[in-house]
Parts: sequence; C-alpha cells; structure tokens
Amino acid sequence: MNPSVIALTVICGIVAVGSLVGFLARFQHKMDLEQWTVGKRSFGVVLVWLLMAGEIYTTYTLLGVSGWTYSRGGPVLYILGVQPLAYVFSFFILPPICEVGKKYRLQTQADVFQTRYGNPYLTAFVALVGVISLLPYAQVQLTGLGIIVEVSSYGGVHRTPAMVVAFGIVAAFVFVSGVRGVAWVSVIKDPLLLFTAVFVGIAVPYIYFGGIGPMFAAVAHAKPNHLAMPGSTANLGHSWYVSTVLLVSLSFYMWPHNFAASFTARSGNTLRRNAVFMPLYSLTQPLIFFVGLTALLVLPGLGNGDLAFLAMVRKTFPAWFLGVVGGAGALTAMVPAAIQLLSAATLFAKNLFRPILAHGMTDPQVAQLAKIMVLVLTISALVLAIYTSASLVSLLLVGYAGVAQLLPGIVFGLYSKRVTTTGVFAGMVTGIAIVVPLMLLGRDPYKGVNAGFIALCCNFAVTGVVSLLTTVRASGFDDTLPLAASPGGTGARSV
Amino acid sequence: MKPPSLGSILLGLIPFAATCFSVALWDRVYPMVFGLPFNFFWLILWLLLTPVCMWGAYGLEASRQRDTDHEDGGTR
Repeated sequence: MNPSVIALTVICGIVAVGSLVGFLARFQHKMDLEQWTVGKRSFGVVLVWLLMAGEIYTTYTLLGVSGWTYSRGGPVLYILGVQPLAYVFSFFILPPICEVGKKYRLQTQADVFQTRYGNPYLTAFVALVGVISLLPYAQVQLTGLGIIVEVSSYGGVHRTPAMVVAFGIVAAFVFVSGVRGVAWVSVIKDPLLLFTAVFVGIAVPYIYFGGIGPMFAAVAHAKPNHLAMPGSTANLGHSWYVSTVLLVSLSFYMWPHNFAASFTARSGNTLRRNAVFMPLYSLTQPLIFFVGLTALLVLPGLGNGDLAFLAMVRKTFPAWFLGVVGGAGALTAMVPAAIQLLSAATLFAKNLFRPILAHGMTDPQVAQLAKIMVLVLTISALVLAIYTSASLVSLLLVGYAGVAQLLPGIVFGLYSKRVTTTGVFAGMVTGIAIVVPLMLLGRDPYKGVNAGFIALCCNFAVTGVVSLLTTVRASGFDDTLPLAASPGGTGARSV
Repeated sequence: MKPPSLGSILLGLIPFAATCFSVALWDRVYPMVFGLPFNFFWLILWLLLTPVCMWGAYGLEASRQRDTDHEDGGTR
C-alpha cells in the first residue's frame, strides 16, 4: 500500500478519536456561557493541569522548536529558560487572579480590567490587543497542521487544502464542546505526544550516531558555533536571550487563553501546586532539540527548518509510525488552536462588541455572537497562514510582544492602589506605538535587545509616571465597595 | 490584594538568577556533562531545581494562608 495513504489514515484515525472524546465530554453538562468559557470554575488539579499542559505544548514546541534548533542553534535555548520561569511567575500572579475571578464571576482577561478600572474603552482596547495577538498564535497551529499533512502525504497533498480541512474540524470542535471538551482531548493528546517526544528524541540520535552524547560531539565538531549563542544567527546573542526570556516568561500568562485558564481552577492553591510541578513537564523539550540537531547533520539543506522534525521521522521510521507522530502533532495543533479561538471569540463578543456597540445584548446572544466569531477568526487565521511565510517561532514572538503590553495593567491593578486608568491606558498605547513600527520595519531585535521587551519597559515606566500625575479613583477590587449586582463583571463598575 | 511573602519572592528569584541573568557565565559548549553541552546541561538541571525552589515557596505561602484563616476564624 502507498505509504502516504497509510500515514494519512493513521492521522485521521487519531484525530477522529480525539474529537470524539471532546464531543462526548460536553453531554454531561448543560452548556451556558459560563460552562462554555470557564467550565463552571470546578476544575481540580488534574483537569487544570491537563488544560494548561494542553495549551502549552503546541505545534510551536514540537515543530517550531525543532525548526529553530535546526536553523538557528543556540538561541533556541531561550525556550528552556522560559518554561520554568513562566511557571515561577504564574505562582505569584495566577492565584490572586483566580480569587478575584471567583469573587466577581469573571470569565475573560478583559473582565479583570473592567472590574478593576471600570472603563469600558480601556476594556475594549485590552480585548482588541488580545484578539489581534492571538491571530498569529492560531496561525502557528494552522501552519503546523498544514506541514504535518504535507510531509505525511509525502508531498501529495498541498499545504493549503490541508489547512482548510483541518481548521474546519477545529472550528466545529470549538463550536460544539467549549472548554471542557478541549480539556478532555488532552487526555488522548498528552500521553501520545509524550510517547512521541521521548521515543523519537532518544531513538533518532541513537540510530544515526549511537547516542545523544556522540550526536552532540558530532555537531560540536561539524558546526563549532551552532550550539552556543548566537548560534547560526547574527544578532541573537546574550542580551537578546535575557530580554526575550524576561519578555516571554512574564507575559506567558498574559495570553488571554492562558490567563482565562486560571478561572477554571477551584482555588488559588490548585494553581500554586500546578506552578510547582509544571517545569517537570518541560523535561521532554530537550528531546525535541535532539531531533532538530540530528536533522542538521543527517538532512542538511532543508529549505524550511520547521520541516525538520517530521522529515527526520519520515526518513527514519515506517509510514504507520509517521502517521502516529503526525496524529499526535495534529491534536497538538488542534487543542491549543481551539482554546485560542474560543478565548479570542469570547473576548470580542463580551468585552468589545457588547459594551461598546450593543448594550442590550443578553448572555445567550453573546454566546451566539462568540460562536460566529469563532468562524470569522478561523477564516482570518487561515488567510494569514496562506499568505505569510515567517517561521513558527518568529510568528509567536510577534504575538508575545503584543500581549506583553497588558502586563503592567494586571500587575499594578492587583497589587497597587496608586495606579490609574489613564496611566494604564497611556502605558499600553506607548508600548504598542513602540513595538508595532519596530516589528513592521524588521528592527526586532533592536540593537540586540528584543523589541517587545523594550516596549514593555517603556510601558511600565509610562504607566507608573502617568499614574502618579493623575487622580486615583477607588479600585474595583476594593472590598469595602458593594458587590456588583449583575454577574459576569461587564459594566459592573462603569458609572 | 495581599502581596506574596518576601521569602517566597526570594525563592522565586533564584531560578531567574540561575537561568536568565547569568547567561554569559554558563552559555558554553565545554565542559560537556553527561554528553550534553554545558549550556544544555545547565538549563535541564534547572528544570529539576526550579520545582524544588517553588516547593519551598509553596510551603511558605500555605502556612501563611493557614495563619490568616485562623485569624479570620478568631474575629468572627
């Protein structure tokens, strides 16, 4: 039988089983807005862990990371620096977010801004930044799905039709199951991905070099500069590493979907315990580096580094195994894509459209609009994926520069009484005004420092200074004020 | 919002110091450890050591929380 048929059949089988689990998970629960978006805030350690791990291990950590290891070398180590530090930061920032979320019944990141600052325009701006930053992230998953089908069909199916079909499935899946279904797909996806990473990561260097040590010795001998920073790049050195690690680890939970996952937890302690153990899950990440490095010597001259992982699997193993890896990879793209689209659509409907354009909308109508937005955003990401060609990791770093600008508003909002709405607004606008031109003009990194990090520092400074110059009003988190009557947080504090 | 305790913040800063700010000290290929270049080895090591630091921080926060719960119970 034709190897591409075998591989594609196995992939379809795995995707079908995964989707079925997601569809089944919804039937035990009545689906209203709160269930669809935050699973009724009832997830314990295991389900929160599944949901968060499911969001973190994406196409980017599988294909993107092996791609950067292949094409850039040393700078890819920023991933290993970021992962534990993001959890360290989450230990301090997520529990209070979970507590205020429970208290004021918040569902989205922008709800936190609405309740804290009480300004619908600030909230809408936050939602807009979130939605726009999520698009390149969803695009990463989509491009990954396209690469998987392209490589697994041995070039027989072109990337564009593959992406169209894949995202049809993703959109349908989000539509029907909501966040609980998505969390349950991780029950299939995570063991499969773990098995894939461990097996391929150990077997591939062993087959070609007799082990991981000899593989590194061979790479160090053949490409002496590849393994330390700046690796095979001109400008990704130590200052880039420090600024990127800080930017990404501090803003990791500023992604609207990562942020909203903290609302699904039962308590702040659930999240603290998660933060302690999550770095251990990153132990599979180096194995993915090994595959990229082996490919560097065994498959030199790949035009696109993002192909390295799958091309290596295809060269080494039989077609059915390529199918298993491809299936794991496909679920790994679909789960985060589903969560990202769900978050972006909810943000748009609940925090941008309703408060600004249609005050009278009811919760069921918001849910309806969110579902329509899932389609709109999916199509937008699809169009972007078809017409741009940046590497997976570079795309994601663009999104990070955007969501990072929400950080001062959250940190000051939780821990400072002196911060003002004007200050947060001014800081965010400054940050975005700095990062967008730098990115568009290709000046990232700027003088060896991550452009998003420069913008974040300016954002913090402007937020602080302008806040000190403007009059403070009572914080929406202040316990002495009467609680909002309407659930959901939107409009609760606006005067 | 009550800020976290100084002890747990200091414990949280240890991994930042070890894997982020000190990059110039450990970003080298040699000496290789267990067949890994030194920079790979160092970061993998900290995947294991970070949970140790944060487990300590968790202990501090949990005991502090028990104390405040106790006080709240007393005043009611």
